[in-house]
Amino acid sequence: MGKTDPLQAATAADNAVVRLSGVAKTYRSGAVDVAALKGISLDIPYHRFSVVIGASGSGKTTLLNIIGGIDSPTGGTVEVCGQNIGELADDAVSDFRARNIGFIFQTFSLVPVLSAYENVEYPLLLVGMAPAERRARTLEMLEAVGLAGQARQRPNELSGGQRQRVAIARALVKGPQVVLADEPTANLDSATGASIIELMRRVQAKSRTTFIFATHDPQLMSHADETFAIRDGALIDHRSGGSQ
Amino acid sequence: MTLLLKIAFRNLLRNVRRSTMTGSAVAAGALAMLLFGGFVSYIFAGLETNNVQRIGHLTIFRQGYFLLGSGNPAAYGIDKYQDAMNLIEHDSVVGPMIRVITPTQSLVGIAGNFSGEVDASKTFLGVGLIPSDRERMRQWDEFGAGRPYTADSRMSDRDPSRGLIGVGLARVLGLCAALDMPNCPSLPTPAGSAGQAASSVRPDIANLALRDAAAGDAGKAGPRIDLLAATAGGAPNVVSLTVGGSESQGVKELDDNYVAMPLALAQQLVYGRGEHKVTGIVLQLRRSEDLPAARARLAALFQQNHLDLDVRDFGELTPFYGQVVKMFSFIFLFIALVMGVIVLFAVVNTMTMNVMERTNEIGTIRAMGVRRNGIRAQFIVEGALIGAIGATIGAALAYLIAATLNHAGLTWIPPGNASAVPLRLDVAGRPLLMIGAWAGLALVATLAALLPSNRAARLPVVDALRHV
Repeated sequence: MGKTDPLQAATAADNAVVRLSGVAKTYRSGAVDVAALKGISLDIPYHRFSVVIGASGSGKTTLLNIIGGIDSPTGGTVEVCGQNIGELADDAVSDFRARNIGFIFQTFSLVPVLSAYENVEYPLLLVGMAPAERRARTLEMLEAVGLAGQARQRPNELSGGQRQRVAIARALVKGPQVVLADEPTANLDSATGASIIELMRRVQAKSRTTFIFATHDPQLMSHADETFAIRDGALIDHRSGGSQ
Repeated sequence: MTLLLKIAFRNLLRNVRRSTMTGSAVAAGALAMLLFGGFVSYIFAGLETNNVQRIGHLTIFRQGYFLLGSGNPAAYGIDKYQDAMNLIEHDSVVGPMIRVITPTQSLVGIAGNFSGEVDASKTFLGVGLIPSDRERMRQWDEFGAGRPYTADSRMSDRDPSRGLIGVGLARVLGLCAALDMPNCPSLPTPAGSAGQAASSVRPDIANLALRDAAAGDAGKAGPRIDLLAATAGGAPNVVSLTVGGSESQGVKELDDNYVAMPLALAQQLVYGRGEHKVTGIVLQLRRSEDLPAARARLAALFQQNHLDLDVRDFGELTPFYGQVVKMFSFIFLFIALVMGVIVLFAVVNTMTMNVMERTNEIGTIRAMGVRRNGIRAQFIVEGALIGAIGATIGAALAYLIAATLNHAGLTWIPPGNASAVPLRLDVAGRPLLMIGAWAGLALVATLAALLPSNRAARLPVVDALRHV
């Protein structure tokens, strides 16, 4: 893993799935403006296991939210899969997310009234996939995360690890270009967290999907191909390594 | 849509107590609206049946009679009325709609009982009719809301001098004992000499009445009264009427003045030896729904044939019917509005709580790519579902309660009626009422979900995801 200058790295990559240019985000807190991101520019290459690290409140989650199009920057441009998502209207951003981006949340965030199968199937309904193909893809994904036997169970009948597996299956089932995972192992014990990381690594290797994590889990950092370190809303380091 | 319904239904089950309370409010609204609506429908049907049995659906008058005829009915007689009746009866459009077509003669005058024991007189409002037609009209019961039909033989086509009078008039004329009327006081003896009653009628008129009575069939059963009226030419005329019985009209003023007599006798009284006319031609239709078409056709027919005739429906002739309909319609509307407001607030409250509890879920599915309208649709479907389920339960309960009450044999005296009729709630026979109440409440519940659903759809995704 070699150390590179973040500004140079940001402009060097031609095959970036995510390209941020001068992205800033300022929140208004009462009469005070709080800068969550301060002009971050970076490129994240395709098919990599990328990790954004930083202390709590450093801006990791905000960065991921902006990349995922669920938050908008107050400055700069965000290109994901070649699309400047700042140019898109709200519905178009939603459609873009439905097709290209998968989310994995720290709190799993499964729809509680749907079974594991139905939760995984949900994103395929949003992209209008035919029923037969939908069913095959859903079962295949559940099989891949080792939950074929729990397909009919609701989230409250699953353990934390199982829920996160369902969330991973849900994020990957539509074959997105990018999966954004915000602290995916934070709510799991270390053994379960390790198995979840192993699962994501295995699935990523097979699907070649770009994973971008926000984490301060050392286990997860050790698997990273790309590591972006931010502090106080600014990119302070970028390390690249591992296989593409 | 299947996914929306699935999620909506499961979320209702997830908060089963809250959903039950809200659904109960909707069901109570539907129940109240349908039971009261069924009761009102039955009142309307009963009133309509009562009126149609008595005065038919439509009455044809000479132009001007409706506004001015009550002062001098004889001046507005329809001449050659049989020709007009034939024209109407044989018309290819209106003819098949008609169940009974019959002439009537309205008249006013003085009724007197000048028998030896009593000397009493009273102004009257009379109607001359054909007894057999009257009997056929009394059998009309399109909605099953009338009193059970019992044949009334007190008037007959074969007896041209026999009629009926209102209970009040019978009382005033001192016929209580003669007609064997219950709860009917005898006339007080006038002050002065009991044997020399102070007659209110001029002696020459009384003599005329006595002569007319002597000429008539004196051997008939029932007391006799004399009817004095001015003929169409203005001369006084008297006929004798055998009172076959008394009947209540449901309104005291009418009871005190009503006289029904065979048409020929009324015509003899009003027209004497002149041409016999009628003041009205009554049409009773087979079905009330034909009324507008029949009325329009009659108007066209009169215009084509240059007849100086006017047609009025029973609603115009009995303003009381219209007033009752308006009053009950207003009460029904008021109840429907109150129920609608209760349902509105119940559903708004429930959906607002649902949105608050599921804020994180809203953020999650928005992040997955669901559009704002998808979120709106989710909560609107939930509102519609709770409304539809509640209204269906309410409608089913209303149907069961109405069926139970209808078989319980309860009776009541509706406005304008003199005797008790079965109490019924016409819920099952009113599909429009059922569908209207159901759809109305489901719509209110759906609309009530709009505001919370809009709030849910406008939530910033990141804020929703942060919500705990």
